Amino acid sequence: MSQSTNPTTQFQTDANRVTADDDRRSFLRSSLRGYQTTRTATQERFLNYESARIAAGDAKWEAIENLDTYLAQFADKLEARGATVHWCNDSEEARSAILEIIKKHDAQSVIKSKCMTTEEIHLNDLLEKEGFEVVESDLGEFIVQLREEAPYHFVFPAMHLKKEEINTLFQEKLKSINTNDPEELTMVAREVLRQKYLSADIGISGANFGVAETGMISITENEGNARLTTSLPKVHISLMGIEKIIPRLEDLALLLPMLATAGTGQHLTCYNSQLGGPRQEDESDGPVEMHVVLLDNHRTRLLADPEQRDALRCIRCGACLNVCPIFKNVGGHTYGTTYQGPIGSVITPHLRGLKDWKHLSHSSSLCGACSETCPVKIDLHHHLLRNRRDAAGKGQGGIGEKILMVGFTIVMRRPWLYRLAGGLGKLGHVLTKPIHGTRIDPFYAWKKTRDLDDPAKQSFKQYWKSRK
Amino acid sequence: MVNVLERLGHEVDYPEGQTCCGQPAFNSGYFPEAKKVADHFLNTFADADLIAVPSGSCTAMIRKFYPELYQDSPQSQVVSELSGRVFEFTELLVNHLGVTDVGAKLEGTATYHDGCHGLRELGIQDAPRKLLENVKGLSLVEMDEAQSCCGFGGTFAIKFPQISTAMTQVKLGSAAQTEADYLISGDPSCLMQIGGYFSRQNSSIQCLHIAEVLDQQ
Repeated sequence: MSQSTNPTTQFQTDANRVTADDDRRSFLRSSLRGYQTTRTATQERFLNYESARIAAGDAKWEAIENLDTYLAQFADKLEARGATVHWCNDSEEARSAILEIIKKHDAQSVIKSKCMTTEEIHLNDLLEKEGFEVVESDLGEFIVQLREEAPYHFVFPAMHLKKEEINTLFQEKLKSINTNDPEELTMVAREVLRQKYLSADIGISGANFGVAETGMISITENEGNARLTTSLPKVHISLMGIEKIIPRLEDLALLLPMLATAGTGQHLTCYNSQLGGPRQEDESDGPVEMHVVLLDNHRTRLLADPEQRDALRCIRCGACLNVCPIFKNVGGHTYGTTYQGPIGSVITPHLRGLKDWKHLSHSSSLCGACSETCPVKIDLHHHLLRNRRDAAGKGQGGIGEKILMVGFTIVMRRPWLYRLAGGLGKLGHVLTKPIHGTRIDPFYAWKKTRDLDDPAKQSFKQYWKSRK
Repeated sequence: MVNVLERLGHEVDYPEGQTCCGQPAFNSGYFPEAKKVADHFLNTFADADLIAVPSGSCTAMIRKFYPELYQDSPQSQVVSELSGRVFEFTELLVNHLGVTDVGAKLEGTATYHDGCHGLRELGIQDAPRKLLENVKGLSLVEMDEAQSCCGFGGTFAIKFPQISTAMTQVKLGSAAQTEADYLISGDPSCLMQIGGYFSRQNSSIQCLHIAEVLDQQ
C-alpha cells in the first residue's frame, strides 16, 4: 500500500484483487479452517469453556478499569529490580525513546522477536533509516521482512505464503538450497538467525501480558526466538501497549491457555517466559540493561469510551480473524492496518481516526462470528455498528446517504407513501428495463454478480385483501 | 406463514399500515432515523398479542436492538414488553407453540442455511431443523459451514459487492457439495443474496423460505 492512497480506495482496490484470486482465497480458507478445527478440539478439553471466557474477560476487565493503579504498580516493581520504564504518549515518543537507547549503546545490529506494537509505531523503518541492521527472528516475521511487506495476520505473519513461494524467496535472498520441505526451510532460516543473535547488541521484544503484581512481562512463543532475543544481547527493550497489563500472576494460569487455545489451538504455546528486569548481581546471564517502553498511542481515547473500552481486553489471539468471512475473503494486507480483521476494524478508527477508517466498520456483514469466538468476550460486531453510528452522527456518511436515510424514514412512516413507492418501484422497474444489467442500471452494484427477481405482480397487502 | 399458522388453528391478522422495522437505517448507523421508523412499527403493532415474523433479522432488530434504541426513553417499558411478544416464525412454532410437525410434505434433499441474526442474536438453531426433519419426503443434509454468513449484510452487499459475492461463492460451493435440491433459510434477505447468486451461476439448487416449505402439503 502506498502511503498517499486514501485508505478506503486502497481497501476497495485490494479487496477487488484478492476476491478475484480464487486460488489464494481457497488456500487462506483451508489454513484458517485448520486452526479452527484444532481450536474447537482444544476448547472441548476445558471443563467449561464459556465460564473460562467470562473469567478471562473479567481478569482483563479488572486491569482496564484500574489501569492507572496497575500500571504504576507494574512500573514500580520493574524499576525496583533495575529496569527502566519509559512512558510514551504516542508513536513518536516511543520511537525516540527506543532510538536513544540504541544510540547510547553505540549499537550496530538489532534482533527482534515478534512484536506487533513495533509495527504500529513503524520502528523497523526508523531503525533502518538510521543505519542499523534490524533482523526479525520469528520465522513468519523473518519471511515477511525478506519480502519487504507487512505481517499478513497479527499472529501468523506469513500465513498467506505457500511453501513453494518461501523456497523461491529463500533461494533469491539467502542463496538457499532448492527445497519445498518446511523443515528444511526452517533450518535455512535458523542458520541465518543463529549468527544474528550472537552478533546483535540490542534485543527488542513485545509483551503478551504485563503482570502488575510481580512487575514482569510475559512472552508467549513457539520458536524459542523470544528467549534468545531477550537474553543474549546486552540490552533488552520491550515495547508494550498499556492495555497489556493484568492484575495478578495467577491470572496467567487462565490467560496463557486461553491465548494458546483461541490463537493456535494449542493447549499452551511452547515457551512462556516471565521477565522482570536485567541481570541481577547473583545471576550469570541475561541482559545488562532492560527497558520497558509503555505505549498509549490513543489507547486512552478508547479507554474514555464507556461503550467500547472492552476492546482493550483484547489479548491479540487472532481468533476473530480466523473465523471472519471478510478476512477469509480479502486477506490481511487489504485492511492496510497494523491489526487486521474484526478487532482491527473496531480499534483502528479509535487509534487512527474515524474519518479515514470508518469504511472498516462498514466492510462487515455484522454476522457476529467474531464476538461468538472471542476468548475475552469483546462485543466486536456491535462495536462496528457503534462506529457506524458515530460516523453517521458526524455526517461522515456524506450528504447522499443522509438524504437516502431521511427519505427512507419519511416513506416508512407513511403507509400510503410506502404503497405509492412500491407502485413507483414497479413502474421504474418496467421503465428502466432497457438499461438493466448495464453500468447505468441503478442496481448495477447488485446485478453485476447477482440476479434480482422482478417485483411480485401482487403485493402481500393486495393478496391479503383478495384473500379476505 | 399465514397458511401454516391458520392450519394450526391460530387467528392471524395483518395490520395493513405496517412497513419496515427500520433495520436498514439502524445498520447504516442512522439511529435517530431508525427510531422514527420503529415508532411507526410500535404504533402499528401495539395491540398484537403475539407478533410472528418470517425473518430472524427483523426479529433481532425488534427484540434486541429496539430496547437499545429506546434506552432511557419514556417508551422503554412499552418496547421491552413488545420485544417479549415478537417471535421469529420457527421459534414461534417450536419453542412457543410446541409444534415440530406441521404436516408438510416436500420430496427431495435440502440443506439449511442459518441466517446470522437469527443464529447469533437470537440463538435460533434447532427450531428450523426440527421442523424440516418432520417434513415428509424431505431429507436434511448439513452443508459445510452452514453457519457462515451468506454475504448479504444489508448495505454491505452494495458497498462491498466484491466481498459480499465472494462469500456467496463459498456458500454455493458448500451447498453444491451436499447435492441438495433445495437450500432453505429463515431469512428473505439471505435468500435474495443466495438465490440471486445461485441463479446467476445457473445452479440447479432451488432457494426456499422455510415458510414456503412448511406450507407444502
